[in-house]
Amino acid sequence: MVSVVYKAPDSIQAAISILSEAEIATKILAGGTDLLIQMQGLVNESRLFVDIKKIPEMMQATLGDQGLDLGPSMCCAEFTAREDIRAVYPGLVEAAFLIGSTQVQGRASVGGNLCNSSPAADTIPALMVNAAICVIAGVKGERSVSVEEFVTGVGTNCMEKGELLKLIQLPRPAKNTSDAYLRFIPRTEMDIAVAGAAVSVTLDDEGVCTAARVSIGAVAPTALLVQEAADALIGTKLDDKALQAAGDAASAAASPITDRRGTVEYRRHVVGVLTKRAAQIAATRARGN
Amino acid sequence: MSKTHVTTTINGDVTEFLCEPADTLLSVLRNELQLTGTKEGCGSGDCGACSVTVNGRLVCSCLVLGVEAQGAEIGTIEGIESAEKLHTIQEKFLEHAALQCGICTPGLIVSTKALLDENPDPTEEEARYYLAGNLCRCTGYDKIIRAVLDSAKVMRGAA
Amino acid sequence: MSEAREFKYIGQRTIRPDGYDKVTGRANYGADLSLPGMIWGKILRSPHAHANIKNIDLSKAQAHPDVLAIATYQDFPHVQSEAFQAGEVPTDIIDLARNVLADDKVLYHGHAIAAIAARSESAAQDALSLIEVEYEVLPPVMDVADAMKPEAAVLHNNMFTQGLAEPADKASNIASRMELKKGDVAAGFALADLVVERDFYTPTVHQGYIEPHATTVRFEENGQAMVWCSTQGHFDVRASTAKLLNMPLGKLKVVASEIGGGFGGKTTVYLEPVALILSRKSGKPVKMVMTRDEVFRASGPGSATRSHVKIGAMKDGTITAMQASLCFEAGAFKGSPMGPGCMTVFTPYDVENMYIEGYDVVVNKPKVAAYRAPGAPQAEFAAEMVINEIASKLGIDPIELRLRNAAKEGTQTVYGPKLKRVGLVECLEAAKNSPQYQSALKANQGRGLAAGFWFNIGGLSSVTINMNPDGSGTILEGSPDIGGSRASMQMMAAEELGIPIDQLKPLVADTEHVAYNATTGGSRTTFATGMAVIEAAQDVVRQLKERAAAVWNITAEQVDWADGVAINTTGDDRLTVAEICKDAEKTGGQIAGTGNINARGAGPSFAVHLCDVEVDPDTGKVDVIRYTAIQDAGKAIHPSYVEGQYQGGAAQGIGWALNEEYIYNKDGIMENAGFLDYRIPLASDLPMIETVIIEIPNSFHPFGVRGVGETGIVPPLAAVATAVSEAIGVVMTDLPCSPPRVLAAIHGKS
Repeated sequence: MVSVVYKAPDSIQAAISILSEAEIATKILAGGTDLLIQMQGLVNESRLFVDIKKIPEMMQATLGDQGLDLGPSMCCAEFTAREDIRAVYPGLVEAAFLIGSTQVQGRASVGGNLCNSSPAADTIPALMVNAAICVIAGVKGERSVSVEEFVTGVGTNCMEKGELLKLIQLPRPAKNTSDAYLRFIPRTEMDIAVAGAAVSVTLDDEGVCTAARVSIGAVAPTALLVQEAADALIGTKLDDKALQAAGDAASAAASPITDRRGTVEYRRHVVGVLTKRAAQIAATRARGN
Repeated sequence: MSKTHVTTTINGDVTEFLCEPADTLLSVLRNELQLTGTKEGCGSGDCGACSVTVNGRLVCSCLVLGVEAQGAEIGTIEGIESAEKLHTIQEKFLEHAALQCGICTPGLIVSTKALLDENPDPTEEEARYYLAGNLCRCTGYDKIIRAVLDSAKVMRGAA
Repeated sequence: MSEAREFKYIGQRTIRPDGYDKVTGRANYGADLSLPGMIWGKILRSPHAHANIKNIDLSKAQAHPDVLAIATYQDFPHVQSEAFQAGEVPTDIIDLARNVLADDKVLYHGHAIAAIAARSESAAQDALSLIEVEYEVLPPVMDVADAMKPEAAVLHNNMFTQGLAEPADKASNIASRMELKKGDVAAGFALADLVVERDFYTPTVHQGYIEPHATTVRFEENGQAMVWCSTQGHFDVRASTAKLLNMPLGKLKVVASEIGGGFGGKTTVYLEPVALILSRKSGKPVKMVMTRDEVFRASGPGSATRSHVKIGAMKDGTITAMQASLCFEAGAFKGSPMGPGCMTVFTPYDVENMYIEGYDVVVNKPKVAAYRAPGAPQAEFAAEMVINEIASKLGIDPIELRLRNAAKEGTQTVYGPKLKRVGLVECLEAAKNSPQYQSALKANQGRGLAAGFWFNIGGLSSVTINMNPDGSGTILEGSPDIGGSRASMQMMAAEELGIPIDQLKPLVADTEHVAYNATTGGSRTTFATGMAVIEAAQDVVRQLKERAAAVWNITAEQVDWADGVAINTTGDDRLTVAEICKDAEKTGGQIAGTGNINARGAGPSFAVHLCDVEVDPDTGKVDVIRYTAIQDAGKAIHPSYVEGQYQGGAAQGIGWALNEEYIYNKDGIMENAGFLDYRIPLASDLPMIETVIIEIPNSFHPFGVRGVGETGIVPPLAAVATAVSEAIGVVMTDLPCSPPRVLAAIHGKS
């Protein structure tokens, strides 16, 4: 069993002080749905748990003209119930909705999903296609990095000792822009993504795609932004040929592994299918249908 | 190692307990407070047998620390019935034979109550997805879903 | 039985008497008992699939201040090889001992090596890391086909194949071979216009009960001991544990807790003997609860199989010959359900020529346990897939093909008896007439149909009914109630006594309060324990009539019994149960009836399932969109719980067919030991499961009961796999039909 010291600061400043002064290995406790499982089976180890759910701004989300300011620890159940946010970022909300069961939704958060930095995290591709920025607070002040820069590997990210992800910022999408996220799992619920794909597209008044972002998950050590897939969409009317080309580009960009959840071949194939389908959904949404 | 003192409210009653900071809420409920109606099926949030509410939100108590209960309102299966009278959901589970072995039943009833509190008129599909985190190995879910939808109907006063 | 009998309580949908405790959380399951002074036990498990244990050093663990006892194989009194049947699958007592705690060899990832009892659960867990084990790692043998090869690493160097024509001269992983035959298959195949043969694979699967194994025990100063545990058979827990620990049965009391699912998996012992050793050594009550991970790695799953089935038929659909070779994985020790697999594989068919061979083979996986109709789902999956292929190739409707060859009254089974009246034809007719079979399918959809057979068992049951002075009664039975059987017992007793069901309270008594009862398994409880209940109720009625006769000063033969009232046939007098019981002290003392039986004549139960699926051709994902389960219950005592058995069996079978499997890496390490990646069906995965109860009475049971619990898991494997095959145009021979496998089949086609 792990020996735990539990602290629940009520401000970001207090949290940073605790984190920076910690003398034992430290874990930030948000929803705990990954952390508590990771702690099982540890023997003779000590951890400082810093519960950040008592910090009001970690638990809030504000949607404004500039975009979304998302408190990283707002639980998915609360986040996905926000109709205003769903209207603007439907793909991100559906990604958050796919994390675990209703029970897990009651605890897990977008920020937690991001900081756990699993290759299969559902919200990371959706954050990437929305060009989300991670605002990290530390004793030396704040810094902002893109999600692509934030996640550095399997279960690793760029945060250093004493730092806390305090805010996730999403720019307001341009006119006629929408997103979608799809993942593949063997059942209908409760599984970890075998592959995932998020797509964001912007259309002009003629229905031509002027901008696109495509991100794929669970097919590489980190979620990947696939420029080739986006390029396959830009300049087209998102017809079947363009969607297929985007899917093919996503499959080509994937470098998956074989494990208990899928094989290399299967993941490579399915991520293409998902990319194509997600692009189709995003296009339909962007067209305002 | 010293234990942490926690003051919380469980099923409306102010309750105090001591626990190690690493102890889960599930372990506290079962081993410290003898509230063994909340069951452990997996310890990893994958089966829903330990479902409780924390401040009204449905969670797996195996993925919550006991210390997190400080100042919170906890709801367990033991608090579902009131004044020695079964809740409609409990009656409907019995009436529809929605349990066989019964180990998943407390979690399912807590989850069903959370569902109907949020959505008094769920479709079959909504009920199935909301309850997807509550595994039942005996029934094939058919009678559970019937009990849930019938409970909703009665609770809406539409029976 | 009397065909014309009108039932007052049987067939009603009553509220189960134990239900109130179960919907309120009051019911106490395996992990719910704590005792004063109790400490916790935990088990050290093998990180290897196959290894010799060179040395175990306990010294550091013994020095841990919170550790109060340690148990290893050396703590078992000397056990010797002896055939032993406790629960459903035969074993050898020495194998049972070596499964509970490894001797000099570990045979699967998760195999128990030593146990520690400490002051807290976490201290016990932590102290396990202080035990130092030196291993000599051996190559793992992970598949039945590999295990049967002559060059395979041998798990047990003293195991020689039984059942060969010539005695084996070399140790082998094949524990035994059996064959069943009738007629002449070669002659039968010569008559066939079409012969179809294929190889099939089914993976290792788990029963997946939601409640992990759990026990709390207390070893007392005078040599008495108490075991509280979650089990399908507390009398067999007593037998196994007493045998392993060399205790007289009378010293060991076993109390069955409420049981959170079993499906055959809680018919043997894992923790109980170990906990008792720890309690004896520490002098304290000991509680042990498996984690989910341990349940998957180290309790008894269902066998993986490889089989070959060959069936010949004439153009008109008459089947002329059926042949099967069935290879069952037993896990680490011999004793797979290969026998029942051979018995059931072709029994839905009345065919003259059959030849079946079975192999029981050890591999480096946990020792299998029974799993709902053990052996039958795997065997009949292969047979039903070939039957469906024959129907397809001959252009005959699969129901018509089965009707043409269906087993019926008088059919000679390959394993011995001739069938009495059975309900397969009625199930097939019901399938033909079902709304689902009449409905149309769309693109990417497919429909599968399969039959299933399980023979059901009877055996020993004992029941006592104690009447109270107010005319109410307590039914003491000894069959753990795994899915509502108390309700059935209550209804059968009420029917026989003629008093309202709420006047009777059924209780699952411990091993000291009722005589021996065989384990809840083989779909025996409502049949066999039900018969014991009826017999006990009849014994009560006999006594009630005698007491009434004494009051009226007539003979018992002059008393009639109807609707809970004694009737004086020589006059107008009436006495109710309550009146007789109230004055029982004046007529000879309190009234209690017993029924002690060894039930014969279990009625086989046939089923037919229909499954519609839709396949996503781009991902290979399968959705079950409609399902109908039809089965002969003989007589449904409580129709809701009969339907529940059909639905639950169907759901488990659907899981087996679509996603469930043990996934091992090349070193024999299980990679999906949890409900996250061992994917049992969720509420959102399934449609409503329509049911049809056929009632063709079993003439050996007073009310016509057949067991219903197990047959329902037999047809789904082939029903689902056939539906998938129809949807994609490729025969799926290997389970599960998981998305990658289905997609590969689709891609392989083009």
